[in-house]
Amino acid sequence: MDVELLSRIQFGLTAGFHFIYPPLTIGLGVLIAIIEFMYLKTNDEIYRKMADFWAKLFAINFVIGVATGIVMEFEFGTNWSNYARFVGDIFGSPLAAEGVFAFFLESTFLGLYLVGKNRLSRFMRFFSFLMVAFGSTLSALWILIANSWQQTPAGYKVEGGRAVLTNFWAAVFNPTMPSMYLHTVDASFITGAMFMAGVSAYFLIKGKNLELAKRSLKLAVVFGVIVSILQLFPFGDESARVVAKTQPEKLASFEGLFKTQSKAPLLVFGVPDPSQNKMLVEVSIPGALSYLADHNVNAVVKGIDAFPKDDLPPMTLTFYSFHLMVALGTLFILTFLVGIYLLYKKKIYTTKPFLTVLWAFIPLPYIANELGWITTEVGRQPWAVYGLLRTKDAFSPLPAGDVWFSLIGFTLVYAVLFGVFLYLTIHTVKSFKMD
Amino acid sequence: MDLNIIWFLLVGILIIGYAILDGFDLGVGSVYLFAKFKERDIARNSIAPVWDGNEVWLITGGGALFAAFPMVYATAFSGFYLALILLLFALIFRAISLELRNNFQSESTKTLFDWVFSISSIVAIVLFGVAVGNVLSGLNVDKSGNYVGTFFDLLNPYSILVGVLAFFMLSYQGTVWLFLKTEDEFQQKVKNWAKIYWSGYLILFVICTLLTYVLHKNLFHNYLAHPLMLVVPLLALIFMLASIIRIQKNQALCAIIASSLSIAMVILTAYLSLFPNLIIAKNPAYSLNIYNAASSQLTLETMLIIALIGMPIVLIYTIYSYRVFHGKTKIEEGY
Repeated sequence: MDVELLSRIQFGLTAGFHFIYPPLTIGLGVLIAIIEFMYLKTNDEIYRKMADFWAKLFAINFVIGVATGIVMEFEFGTNWSNYARFVGDIFGSPLAAEGVFAFFLESTFLGLYLVGKNRLSRFMRFFSFLMVAFGSTLSALWILIANSWQQTPAGYKVEGGRAVLTNFWAAVFNPTMPSMYLHTVDASFITGAMFMAGVSAYFLIKGKNLELAKRSLKLAVVFGVIVSILQLFPFGDESARVVAKTQPEKLASFEGLFKTQSKAPLLVFGVPDPSQNKMLVEVSIPGALSYLADHNVNAVVKGIDAFPKDDLPPMTLTFYSFHLMVALGTLFILTFLVGIYLLYKKKIYTTKPFLTVLWAFIPLPYIANELGWITTEVGRQPWAVYGLLRTKDAFSPLPAGDVWFSLIGFTLVYAVLFGVFLYLTIHTVKSFKMD
Repeated sequence: MDLNIIWFLLVGILIIGYAILDGFDLGVGSVYLFAKFKERDIARNSIAPVWDGNEVWLITGGGALFAAFPMVYATAFSGFYLALILLLFALIFRAISLELRNNFQSESTKTLFDWVFSISSIVAIVLFGVAVGNVLSGLNVDKSGNYVGTFFDLLNPYSILVGVLAFFMLSYQGTVWLFLKTEDEFQQKVKNWAKIYWSGYLILFVICTLLTYVLHKNLFHNYLAHPLMLVVPLLALIFMLASIIRIQKNQALCAIIASSLSIAMVILTAYLSLFPNLIIAKNPAYSLNIYNAASSQLTLETMLIIALIGMPIVLIYTIYSYRVFHGKTKIEEGY
């Protein structure tokens, strides 16, 4: 294997693994901040115990997110030095700003919150956690500013073989940034809601920690139904429309649209065959893709045939990741709607089959997050910076042996981390008894 | 003063901030295994609420280097590839073993985590030092700024000696922190450790300085041109001695302030010797300096605004956090 491929595999592995953790930090963080707010308002001890329990799981998740996050910042230089030289004038600032505005905030206040509990007033408890939640959503903003700029570069000129900043705010508010941020943060909220709902459901099934579980489940389901519906409309819808406008070949790959056409169909189900440039099986709604892309059924949507082969992303991976993500998103809406119905009927705490579903669904938002990430990043290929720098021109010219060493090392270290994470999370839930 | 010089200084401040702050918790990790099993709880708890915030200085420093001097970031990070990968593994293991230790019940698992925590702390410290040693010796880079050489070229005697200096410097910082946060018998023990580390710190600083004069005379260029600058290494020595005297007199707070200032001056001594370069290439034509390796003026200006808005706020709540945890660490406080 050549160095480019090895570095791509390593970046995919380390970014994909890192991305398991931040969504829960963001989603669960907001939910714990709400619980702390309830504690501040009511002075009801149950809320304090709830916050303590969820914060314990939060802390395990958080530390692995932190430990694997530093790797990402280093890799732009270690494995992608030519990329770093090309984009440094623009890409470095949001990374530094993420440290200044977000990482300091979340780690300092989390330390205060976790260790200083007995030294803090109820207000400072709430405020500390609010800052943790605020810091983590802010961190997502800065990193997605950097990432979205790679998708739709703006506010720059190319000079002497480098992208040079010409307008900071144009670079920050590049075309994909707002939709990508909202879509990703909302996905994190769904992850947090499903996690809290699932763990609470487990307690209810086991008949343990009932008061904590009931209140948490109610909070998670109400929060979950709102954020999962918002994800379909407007956030997901808007994301797709922005991609249609700014990265049409990516949309064509998402949708398996081989031919440029007006009244383009939206696939409900399909099996593409990229080698023959056609769909083997297809169930679709005529005109719906045109409508989605431009809010007009007659709009012309560019198909795969409109682009040179060298500029196209690998279709199969992009296509299936996208569709599976959409299917999971729909499943989350249905799940939380059923939850709301049962809550309204006052049957949610006793409907075992539904509680079992919630418990079993905990991994699904994680899978949806990863699929969304694959959709975006694989869909950006063959570019490192869309339209400006190809991935094959971005990597560091390292000895292949060095990258083999690090790749094998990361695989082993991350396997251990994942084992520790699963063991501790499951153990913490199973052994927890509210006094 | 132009923006490039300002950013040269600001990157230096971030490095110094990192070395002082994460320095004491890395240092606690370095001396950690000398503590008895019970005492380890105090050692760990004393850094538990702040270590992660301290590590953010590294992340922000890396981000600032990337943003202000992307060519340096690209050359150094890809050039030190294996060393940095090992550093990342050390930092990962360190974070996990420190934070998650007490989630496990059995004493043998806890002891395993203790060993991992201490060894990974030491590895991280030494690797930082070796990296600095290589930056000082100059790197073999080609025209496009790529490092030419192997990992083992980085392990030259001079750089390893700088790694040992880093080990003594930060381990000393760690013991002074523990001296501040502990009481009674444990504190007396810490005081005895401090003697070993300050001796090493003092001796190695002198040896490294002399050796630098012999091996890398070019690094004295700035000092010989502006002899007034010699006050920096002199202050490094003075603060070292002040810290040693204060710890003898049991004045822990003064000792840690002096030791922190000595770290600042040691790093500044090395950092100023590079100016205006950041990476000295064996072929001087390929050296990366604060002008040919910098981002555009607009980026430097934007970043300066970000730093001026953000860092004062960071300092305010960082100080608040240290104040909340001021005083002796109690055994029951921790995760």
